[in-house]
Amino acid sequence: MKYILKRVMFFLITAWAAVTINFILPRLMPGNPAEVMIAKFQGRLNPQAISALEIAFGINTHENIFLQYWDYLGRMLTGNFGISVSFYPTTVGQVLSQAIPWTLGLAGFSTVIAFIVGTLLGIRVSWKRNSTSSGIAVPFAFFLNSMPYFWFALIVEYVFAFIFGWFPLGGAYSSASGLGGLALVWSILYHAILPAGTIVITAMGGWMLTMRNNMISVLSDDYITFAFAQGLPESEIELNYAARNAILPSFTGFAMAIGFVISGVLLTEIVFSYPGVGYLLYQAVLNIDYPLMQAIFLFITIAVLIANFIADIVYVFLDPRARSGGE
Amino acid sequence: MNYVKLFFSNRKSAIGVIIFLFFVALAIFAPFVAPYSPNSMAFTPLQGPSWKHWLGTTAVGQDILSQVIWGTRLSLMVGLITGAITTIISVIIGLSSGYLSGLTDDILMTITNIFLVIPGLPLIIIISAFIVVKGIWTIIFVISLTGWAWGARTLRSQVLTLKNRDYVNASVVVGESSSHIIFSDIFPNMLSLVVANFFGAAVYAVLSEAGLEFLGLGDSSAISWGTILYWAQNNQALLFGLWEWAAVPGLMIALLGMSFALMNFAVDEITNPRLRKR
Repeated sequence: MKYILKRVMFFLITAWAAVTINFILPRLMPGNPAEVMIAKFQGRLNPQAISALEIAFGINTHENIFLQYWDYLGRMLTGNFGISVSFYPTTVGQVLSQAIPWTLGLAGFSTVIAFIVGTLLGIRVSWKRNSTSSGIAVPFAFFLNSMPYFWFALIVEYVFAFIFGWFPLGGAYSSASGLGGLALVWSILYHAILPAGTIVITAMGGWMLTMRNNMISVLSDDYITFAFAQGLPESEIELNYAARNAILPSFTGFAMAIGFVISGVLLTEIVFSYPGVGYLLYQAVLNIDYPLMQAIFLFITIAVLIANFIADIVYVFLDPRARSGGE
Repeated sequence: MNYVKLFFSNRKSAIGVIIFLFFVALAIFAPFVAPYSPNSMAFTPLQGPSWKHWLGTTAVGQDILSQVIWGTRLSLMVGLITGAITTIISVIIGLSSGYLSGLTDDILMTITNIFLVIPGLPLIIIISAFIVVKGIWTIIFVISLTGWAWGARTLRSQVLTLKNRDYVNASVVVGESSSHIIFSDIFPNMLSLVVANFFGAAVYAVLSEAGLEFLGLGDSSAISWGTILYWAQNNQALLFGLWEWAAVPGLMIALLGMSFALMNFAVDEITNPRLRKR
């Protein structure tokens, strides 16, 4: 219980830190860049919207910075992220809520697949450590892990969508009107195959290498030797003895890995013009839409926190030491 | 210095070092190797590969091969400098937090964990979007600021295992200052981890730089692999069938990243005897 409580505390502190970064950044920069943004959109926004933006970014205000901060925290807590200047007059919340399902689907699905496949491969590769296939798989995983995600996405798009024409070039579903029911579902899946495949392949390498290292460390432990001496079947030792203990660090390493995966998802969405949060962030950057950018940053941070929180809970079930309160 | 010998006899690090040296040579001798000036716009734009232009030309008539060769300089520089800065921050925070337990440790570790969890790329993107001055130093600054947390955490746990050794206790008894113990007694014993950390940070830097520049958050007039990709994408190089324009700089990034990753892994393998091939 104490462990879970600690994780909840950490969750709250990190969420607060993300909000605070959003508050401080524009105020920290010399010649508040938000002013440039407002000047750029001057003709298109009504006076009310402009004054709301000025309050959010601390322009032309005589209010004490602490009071500004207090108001800011209040607005964030009530989910008031302001209006998007590039999608004016739509609010940031509305713009974001249209993009979220696409990213959640794409990122959630591909992260889980990449984790499972990568971990299984890592187990296999360390178990058959001296085989040729392991000898090829490891350097290959290095290459996959060190290439820029977006570049791989570009190449995949070029080969499979442009040259072979097997898959659509981008988007999330066919723009042909009147699609409904099963045809729509099929169209969505069909459009997701390339971006999801790209993410799975690039993220898999990291999981594989982590699991391989964990496994090799575990394999030289005494209890593995003992299990062999007992004459247990190899698959039993591989999965129930070695892999079960080796997987623990993979869960604790989840925090960093999920960050990488999210970066990959954002860039992949941009390459495939996939209408998720990453593509939206790209548009916000192109149009210098600071309110939208900040809301996206906050959303991604919270999403990653939730994913981490889930990984922590799973860890409690896997490792009895965490259950008894120790770390 | 048995480790140095092991480092060069390890096959992974040997491949890593060879790739790395190749890029260093390319960066140093860029003016002699590159067939043309990377900025010259004297050629017919959007040409495919030919004997005159092995990788074709850009939309404004620059020679892509020359750009790729010159681009090595910036990408390599960003990787090395950012790797170094990141490692220094990780070392300072990790060592102080591990050695000075109690409240200092709690505070430093909470900050580290926050930086670890907040996803790097979105953070880098919003910081760079607010910094109006675009350029290579902005990129180095932003990546260093966001990339140190993982290193700090691994170094801290190493300090925890080292700080109760006899030779450290001896220094405490003699009355040495904390900074002396941290930097003269503990630090030399974790050099290998610091080196591994440097390579890891360099991979992160090279990839993040490419991502930022690809999104147009870098200085788009600078010549680096990331900006070549940015211009290739903006001019829809792939749809024109000019795939070399995008494929080659990306491949270079992947190779440089891989050389750092291989050296990182090799250091890990050498210092952790369990990972060594028997």
